[in-house]
Amino acid sequence: MKFVDEFRQPELITKTAQEIRRLANPGHRYRFMEVCGGHTHAIYRFGLNDLLPPNIELIHGPGCPVCVLPMGRIDDGLSMTENEEVIFTAFGDMMRVPGTLGSPLEYKARGADVRIVYSPADALKLAKANPDRHVMFFAIGFETTAPSTALTLMRARALGIRNFSVFCNHVTIIPAIRAILDSPDMRIDAFIGPGHVSTVIGCRPYEWIARNEGKPIVVSGFEPLDLLESILMLLRQLNEGRAEVENQYKRVVPWEGNRAALKAMAETFQLRPYFEWRGMGFISQSALRLHDNYAEFDAEERFQVPGIRVTDPKAAQCGEVLKGVLRPEQCKLFGNECTPEHPIGALMVSAEGSCAAYYNYAHRKAALTELMMPARAL
Amino acid sequence: MCLAIPGRIVELLPDFENIATVEVSGVRRKIDVGLLEDDPAKPGDWVLIHVGFAMSKISEAEATDQMRILAMLGEDEAAMKEIEGYGLGGGGA
Repeated sequence: MKFVDEFRQPELITKTAQEIRRLANPGHRYRFMEVCGGHTHAIYRFGLNDLLPPNIELIHGPGCPVCVLPMGRIDDGLSMTENEEVIFTAFGDMMRVPGTLGSPLEYKARGADVRIVYSPADALKLAKANPDRHVMFFAIGFETTAPSTALTLMRARALGIRNFSVFCNHVTIIPAIRAILDSPDMRIDAFIGPGHVSTVIGCRPYEWIARNEGKPIVVSGFEPLDLLESILMLLRQLNEGRAEVENQYKRVVPWEGNRAALKAMAETFQLRPYFEWRGMGFISQSALRLHDNYAEFDAEERFQVPGIRVTDPKAAQCGEVLKGVLRPEQCKLFGNECTPEHPIGALMVSAEGSCAAYYNYAHRKAALTELMMPARAL
Repeated sequence: MCLAIPGRIVELLPDFENIATVEVSGVRRKIDVGLLEDDPAKPGDWVLIHVGFAMSKISEAEATDQMRILAMLGEDEAAMKEIEGYGLGGGGA
């Protein structure tokens, strides 16, 4: 199937790119981080870098939940399949992610009961249909997926289902941004804020970035024009000496977020004191676990979880790439030992990881300049 | 998982709380609309869907744009596979 395959308002894209070139001070080097993996994917897919002047660099942030999940957590989750009663369920994105002894798909090939679900509600349905088994849902994602897990937990309780649990790996975006800003080798001037995460959390949680850190942040949509407009808004703020939270994606993101989603998350989750992120180490209060009131559904309470820690391979420089110190292709392993087919580092694991996105698209002629003739006049 | 899928609410299921039939490019599946309780979904509304749950209401124009962006990112087939994969029979379980 194919949807309409053309860019919205190509002439406006050209004008916005021209305005960015006009406003970018040639004596200054601009380093903007897009936090969201969806933005990273879009930037590479559309070849947006080719429309920007060379002194604007886009740094790809930690917003790919599959990429930042430490291998030890995958091992911990898969260890539950040793119990024959357990049906291991996870989103399709997780199925090829390697653990020490293989990915969930490889465990399935060796006989473990591993199943793809497209929604946590379907994992709960599976539990209801299999009362003699135990269904464990391997939950991952930022605030875009956490509310769905939250509502599923509330349903499980309301329905009195006892053979269902959640292995919670939900992470939150704000502490990751804080960790990047606190890092001594941090070199970011401003942020492109995540689009769909912000439909849940709204824009208010970013205010400290502007107020306390003096860094502009613009919440952005995913189209080429959205991203270019956001870059232009950041440039204007920097040129005018402002640092504010602005919302470019107003047509979808309400300033206050989704209150029902935030309420469900507050009811079912608690902050973990700290959580490990691949490539970034331990970040305090950066992840969710099940609320004490929901302990009966917590897979980490129900099963012996070994708490495996796997050190990131030393040669992979994921942390430096995540913080914008290195570009993907500057890592020693990039494209040689570490490829999307055989990922070693976190950022090669998912299509939204910056290394995989770079690997998949960078060698191709930029999509946008190819498809959009007027851009060539730039 | 991270990119939202746009769909149109066809009907709310009378026997189940917060379950609606949604249509995405001609495919109909059941999703949960419980996260829209501040501005409840009604037939004809367009919504953004993440992992089987409507997360926000949008305009029809925005829904069209979102479908186009999924196609341009090469994510449209994965999005339809996700929608087709929703097995929610109603009632949340």
